[in-house]
Amino acid sequence: MCGIAGILNKKEGREVSSGTIKWMLSAIKHRGPDEFGVYKNDQVALAHARLSIIDLSGGQQPMSNEDGTVWITFNGEIFNYIELRRDLLHKGHAFSTHSDTEVIIHLYEEYGEGCLDQLNGQFAFAIWDGNRKKLFLARDRAGIRPLFYAGNHDRFYFASEIKAIFATGEIEREVEPAAINQIFTLWCTVPPATAFKEVYELPPAHYLTLQNGNVLIRKYWDIDFSPEIEGVSFEEAKERLRYLLTDATMLQLRADVPVGAYLSGGLDSSVTTALIRQLNQSPLMTFSVAFEDKDYDESEYQREMARALGVQHHEVRCKYSDIGDNFPEVIWHTEKPVLRTAPAPLFLLSKLVRENGLKVVLTGEGADEVLGGYDIFKETKIRQFCARYPDSRRRPLLLKKLYPYLPAFQTQSGAYKEAFFSGGGSDISDPLFSHRPRWKSTSMTRLFFSEELINAAGKESAEGSLLGAMCSGFSEWPPVARAQYLETKNLLPGYILSSQGDRVAMAHSIEGRFPFLDHRVMEFCARLPLHYKIKGLNEKYILKECMKDLLPKLIVKRSKQPYLAPDSKSFFSNGATPDYVEELLSDECIRKYGYFKPEAVRHLINKCRKGVVIGFKDNMAVVGILSLQLTHRLFIEKFESEMSLRDSNMNIINRRANGTGRHQGKD
Amino acid sequence: MEPADIKGKIKGYILENFLYGGSSDQIADNDSFLEKGIIDSTGILELVGFIEETFSVKVEDEDLVPENMDSINRLGEFVMRKSIEV
Repeated sequence: MCGIAGILNKKEGREVSSGTIKWMLSAIKHRGPDEFGVYKNDQVALAHARLSIIDLSGGQQPMSNEDGTVWITFNGEIFNYIELRRDLLHKGHAFSTHSDTEVIIHLYEEYGEGCLDQLNGQFAFAIWDGNRKKLFLARDRAGIRPLFYAGNHDRFYFASEIKAIFATGEIEREVEPAAINQIFTLWCTVPPATAFKEVYELPPAHYLTLQNGNVLIRKYWDIDFSPEIEGVSFEEAKERLRYLLTDATMLQLRADVPVGAYLSGGLDSSVTTALIRQLNQSPLMTFSVAFEDKDYDESEYQREMARALGVQHHEVRCKYSDIGDNFPEVIWHTEKPVLRTAPAPLFLLSKLVRENGLKVVLTGEGADEVLGGYDIFKETKIRQFCARYPDSRRRPLLLKKLYPYLPAFQTQSGAYKEAFFSGGGSDISDPLFSHRPRWKSTSMTRLFFSEELINAAGKESAEGSLLGAMCSGFSEWPPVARAQYLETKNLLPGYILSSQGDRVAMAHSIEGRFPFLDHRVMEFCARLPLHYKIKGLNEKYILKECMKDLLPKLIVKRSKQPYLAPDSKSFFSNGATPDYVEELLSDECIRKYGYFKPEAVRHLINKCRKGVVIGFKDNMAVVGILSLQLTHRLFIEKFESEMSLRDSNMNIINRRANGTGRHQGKD
Repeated sequence: MEPADIKGKIKGYILENFLYGGSSDQIADNDSFLEKGIIDSTGILELVGFIEETFSVKVEDEDLVPENMDSINRLGEFVMRKSIEV
């Protein structure tokens, strides 16, 4: 796991300076503090910050083929590299390391862009093909590893994080209003949009080539939630799922350093941890977030699971002030506004992992999307059921069963829940039927937008942009299949795997691995009959059934509790508000940055200070407003001074090929 | 209290608390709070707290239906009915 960056010259004869490369690498030093390398010629510069996990002594990057015509800078892991290497050796390729990186180079030599179909892994990489004068960027299927790009008249830039592109000083830094509109509706941007103007995200499962000045972006994989597989009995499906999960876990345990696990207290991370124990009896360290606020705390279940598995368990206990105090640093890493504080405790968790000497953790992310774990899928099922006979008085009673973990929601009368969910409409042919109530309620946070922001955001709705990014055939799928696809393509990469995943883990040089996101597991689960996944209103039914012999009853029987953290309370508890919050939410600063209406923000803040009941909308608004103010401060207003605060001390190795391996010269 | 005063107080509260100091043309007395997204799925608790404290009426569980609560007019009428019961 690492950070990558690079520059392609569109005009010849302007070799990238060592200083520029150093700035790019120092912006992402946290991603790979072990080694720094660069490969440069007059056309291209590839840079790499390394976190050594596989082939500790031989895996230095950028790396080339035998004759130095193909170079790669690579972030991530190719889990099936041993099998791929074997095939490539049979085809006559010569290897000089035991790393997964070198496997990609030879696979590319053999298959070109088609190499992506054979990779099982989580990755973002750039290959410079000197023979064809072609730059080739690619990103993994689920969107686990990030990759951004930007360009101007002279150059094309790419990097694992946007800050590395900004660090060149050659790209304008400005917030993209249309993307802010997307975040304040969907929780995340729709790729290729990012929170910044003219900086783009390569979408998951896509690659980009740049040759002779032509940029080509192509999708190489997608997930199909329909039609359902036919003729597979529940028993067969259970067996197959268990086999696939076990195999995925086994592959993901490949590392030349010890691997730990996150344990949330829920089903999914319990499954991955139990599978690790099945495969490997050596001591295992597990990590979890516990909250001082009992409404969010799951430590009872985490400890139960840790006891049952006999692991060495560690927890970080999170207070309101821990979230408030660390939030600016979290936004430095998410590089976009968020509507929830949930990334902050995970930022503290990765720190705890680092303090315990580990670099890699397996986690349970992805199971809810492909196996139907979230309540939004049940909500869709029930709303669809109600829409069929709108006059039924009994059907809406099922809505009472939703969101049992939200106390504020549960105290409402049935009539109110019904009215709320019907706010999304009852037209099940609407392709976005499943998510309308959620997005409608989230988008109320836009009430705070200033006229300037509304006008600058343009006419295209966030929902419209997202719909445009869905695959062909999507609109014909059944509502729950569409809901699963939306979660898998939108919130999973755009928020869960980025703001709550890669970015806050890599902030402390921690690599997450996700057995449920092995593409074979995803593809298989996507096409399972819906009633295998959600039986009645019992979520992830097949997963519980195929894993129950490995897990304590308490964990299997527990209903889904999504990971949440305290929001407005983290900034306004007991009258103790951090200084930066006071400053960024002051009338003066709100007016200066111009995104929000100062008077409306003042009313909201007063409400928070009074500590009166704060609903979803207010909580999302507080966190969203504060994090956009922070985004502006950190990346637009004070970017240079933020960069200068960070440790930029590094020794960058200049890499050159010499025919048999790699010659290294110090820069 | 006169019906107009009650509705005026309710409107003031809605503007202050749910529209964050918005101007009074942002909501009409008959607008549905749910349809306009003014009150989200948890906001009803805030509203009930306000009604109970300001008008000294008790809101029962069975009163919690959109027919009683979902516009300034409906709420005003609800408060008046409740005040008479008391």
